[in-house]
Amino acid sequence: MSPHVAYVAASYAAAAVLILALIGWVFLDGRARRQELKKLEEAGVRRRSETKRTS
Amino acid sequence: MTDNSLAIRKFSDLANPTRFLALAARLLPWLIGATVLFFVAGLTLAFTTEGDYQQGETVRIMYIHVPAAWLSMMCYTVMAISALGTLVWRHPLADVSAKAAAPIGAAFTLMALITGSLWGKPMWGTWWVWDARLTSVFVLFLMYLGLIALNRAIDEPGKAAKLCAILILIGFVNIPIIKFSVEWWNTLHQPASVVRLDGPTIDPEFLRPLLVMAVAYTLLFFTLHIAAMRNEIWRRRVMALRRQAARSIDREA
Repeated sequence: MSPHVAYVAASYAAAAVLILALIGWVFLDGRARRQELKKLEEAGVRRRSETKRTS
Repeated sequence: MTDNSLAIRKFSDLANPTRFLALAARLLPWLIGATVLFFVAGLTLAFTTEGDYQQGETVRIMYIHVPAAWLSMMCYTVMAISALGTLVWRHPLADVSAKAAAPIGAAFTLMALITGSLWGKPMWGTWWVWDARLTSVFVLFLMYLGLIALNRAIDEPGKAAKLCAILILIGFVNIPIIKFSVEWWNTLHQPASVVRLDGPTIDPEFLRPLLVMAVAYTLLFFTLHIAAMRNEIWRRRVMALRRQAARSIDREA
């Protein structure tokens, strides 16, 4: 075992934390926006382009 | 002349956010799958190839450090192209692209700085030196943070887009400085050993995992970027719908 294994482990751990944080942020942000859009739609607020198409 | 189909036939069709959302929904599962595959292959190679005869195990830090550093510069380049799209062609998605890319670029730059520091301590004997390469990458990190802050500080999206685009283009001068810093100045950081005119000088044993990891990082970037752009389009749509709802309440009252 090389004496530097701790540095390698720490690097991979730091990279993993950053990547998982990015994925988590993008996923949660997307989910929150989707929920907001759903709520607006349930409240009957529609985009003008959509109301035109349906009527 | 009204074309209501969502098919994308030419590049300018992407300017329609609804078309972009449809494309993103189709592309994202494939991108996620490819990213996972390349990370599995890259990490397997990274831990099964031999250590370096001088560096020993620490050479494995290279497989996550170098792609992160490449991506930190590629992300800024994507933002610079988007900035041109905002200022020159007024492409409606260009500003969405630049805004979505900034936090991703900041994360990759931070990753390059942290892993570089953890590589520097055992190999150079120091966590940090203010040499040209390390300093210019640190400046890139600060620029990402500044751009994120500026974009969020201005309420009006159109104005924020224009100001950020100008700042992005001014800051682009840093990218060639980062790339060539190791040649122009005397740095503790080694010069390029992969992307150079006379070809890579690195042994294939290390080059193979490095390139696979570089592809994995690139796929990860585009997956996150497209998903973040989709989120930004949704965010703007929510704002527009709320404004529209408020106006119709005003009319009824």
